[in-house]
Amino acid sequence: MVPVEYYVGLSAILFTIGTLGVLTRRNAIIIFMSIELMLNSANLLFVAFARTFEALSGQIFVFFVMTVAAAEVAVGLALIVAVFRTKDTINIDEVSSLRG
Amino acid sequence: MAPELIVFLVLGAVAVGSALGMLMSRNAVYSAMFLIMNFATVAVFYLVLGAPFIAMVQVTVYAGAIMVLFLFVIMLLGAEHLERRTGLDWQKPIAVVLGLVLLVEAGYVLASGQASLPAIAIPEAGYGAPAQIGELLFSQYLLPFEVTSVLLLAAMIGAIVITRRDAPKRKKN
Repeated sequence: MVPVEYYVGLSAILFTIGTLGVLTRRNAIIIFMSIELMLNSANLLFVAFARTFEALSGQIFVFFVMTVAAAEVAVGLALIVAVFRTKDTINIDEVSSLRG
Repeated sequence: MAPELIVFLVLGAVAVGSALGMLMSRNAVYSAMFLIMNFATVAVFYLVLGAPFIAMVQVTVYAGAIMVLFLFVIMLLGAEHLERRTGLDWQKPIAVVLGLVLLVEAGYVLASGQASLPAIAIPEAGYGAPAQIGELLFSQYLLPFEVTSVLLLAAMIGAIVITRRDAPKRKKN
């Protein structure tokens, strides 16, 4: 079998790419997708360690993370649509004031 | 080379490549497509790691439902191209450097062997099957499971309330 360190490394690379997406992109939707990528890399690690320690609870937690991500996406995209209606843009540099 | 290692390397290259594609592409629709590819690759990783149920959920919920929602919103808002230059361009190189620092840090911890990890075990038959997951979900994790349903209901109501246009005002009598 492939040692679990390889999975840890892959997960770290994917997480870093997600972080870079959050830090460098300006499109709110792409930032959101990068967050999904980071969640996904954590999920991969959960499953890899669940296999390593033969603990099925890790897979249950992945299930919960996916559910929370689905809820987060629904609310987050609703927020993006609401911001677009009031500001006519979703470029986060132009959405910098707290006033509606 | 062992066949498992070859599978890992090929899949890993596809996963990292599609993630980079998502990061780099200028069109948000292409980004979403790259992300779907990444999710599918990770689903195959789940299969390799003995988690068939999670792999199926990954494909149906993540690559299916969530990404369709993303594509809906991208096309609804017409936000495919949106990278006008603003006054914060100096931020980009700093972000890249900090990201590399994060990666090097993680790699150092991994390579220095302080966190020695056991080898991946060969699981017993039926490990990760939907029946086992369901049994665990409805016994040990019953309360979190029910709380999740409340969370989903709250998210649904929240999304509807946030996106609702204000109803036309009725005449006051």
